[in-house]
Amino acid sequence: MTDSQWPVWEVFVQANPGISHKHVGNVHAVDAEMAIQNARDVYTRRSEGISIWVVPANAISASSPEDQGAFFEPSNDKPYRHPTFYKIPEGVKYL
Amino acid sequence: MDDAKQVEAFEAKIASGQKIEPKDWMPEAYRKQLIRMMSQHAHSEIVGMLPEGNWITRAPNLRRKAILLAKVQDEAGHGLYLYSATETLGIDRTELLSQLHTGKAKYSSIFNYPTLTWADIGAIGWLVDGAAIMNQTALARGSYGPYCRAMVRICKEESFHNRQGYEIMMHLAQGTPEQKALAQDALNRWWWPSIMMLGPSDDQSPNSDQLMRWKVKMESNDAIRQRFIDRTVPQADFIGLTIPDKDMKLDEKTGSYTHGPINWDEFFDVIKGNGPCNAKRLKARVDADKEGAWVREAAAAYAAKQSKQKQVA
Repeated sequence: MTDSQWPVWEVFVQANPGISHKHVGNVHAVDAEMAIQNARDVYTRRSEGISIWVVPANAISASSPEDQGAFFEPSNDKPYRHPTFYKIPEGVKYL
Repeated sequence: MDDAKQVEAFEAKIASGQKIEPKDWMPEAYRKQLIRMMSQHAHSEIVGMLPEGNWITRAPNLRRKAILLAKVQDEAGHGLYLYSATETLGIDRTELLSQLHTGKAKYSSIFNYPTLTWADIGAIGWLVDGAAIMNQTALARGSYGPYCRAMVRICKEESFHNRQGYEIMMHLAQGTPEQKALAQDALNRWWWPSIMMLGPSDDQSPNSDQLMRWKVKMESNDAIRQRFIDRTVPQADFIGLTIPDKDMKLDEKTGSYTHGPINWDEFFDVIKGNGPCNAKRLKARVDADKEGAWVREAAAAYAAKQSKQKQVA
């Protein structure tokens, strides 16, 4: 039997309670259980996490870098979505 | 967009300090150079486990043993980060490992030297990891996103390696005359290979211009080597050990140390495969791969069985 390197799983680690899981890298593994164990050994050797998610890499769809400009354009011309867009006179409180 | 325009856009992006990510367009030469460099780096991490692994069962006490185990485990982890970063360039790990096992790919020359005494473990952490950190902190500012992220992670962990090595040397240097002699002997044997591992001197290192512009290389080998020497010599002085270079002098004006001539013939000879341990290291890797095959096969068979049972249920 020829050796196989197994599917890739992307690894997300939650560092502390209450914050989001963050992408940290990936591992090769035969199944989800092994992916979680490998991810623990590779990415949390120094208490970097309290929870791990693994996702088959081929299940992830991504936006394409070439379309980045056009794709994100709709939000660029709407500065009024930010609170700093509005001028409030000094002395007005709690705004 | 034609190629010339794409290259122009690519170089402008790098010049502005942005990172290149896996799905971005990149010149073939950039991809090739990165695969070569990053896989060589990954191979160095896992081959680097061998000289140190040699002393795990003979560490002088439990504290040292636990530390050495953790360090060698880190090296395996570093190999994995780097293989995974290299895979983002469109080559798979099986292919990379086969390049290592057939001798097509290189790894750092330093790991072809033997670890003869316990003091060598101190010297490796202090000097070899120290030199690697110099190189890697520079690389962390490079242009390829996945490589930089791996470097940041690795540098953080290497700093423990560096300090534990210095601590071993310090304890030996403060011990009995025999212990101090062990430390000095290890320094004598590891000093020159350590400063050589930062690569050939600038006049012998071709095509650096393009690599610098593409931020594949961040600094010249000689610049990194000089910084390593300047930081390490006072550390040796502090614990009463002597750098084995009779020409080494502090230049009062620059604050830098000038060093004696480096034996580059030895360096190139070790790279070519004629170092003291080249054959041994490669054999250990190939054997580990062969002997571990049944574990990988069993894991794959188990996973296949589980997924079949799930389908039935």
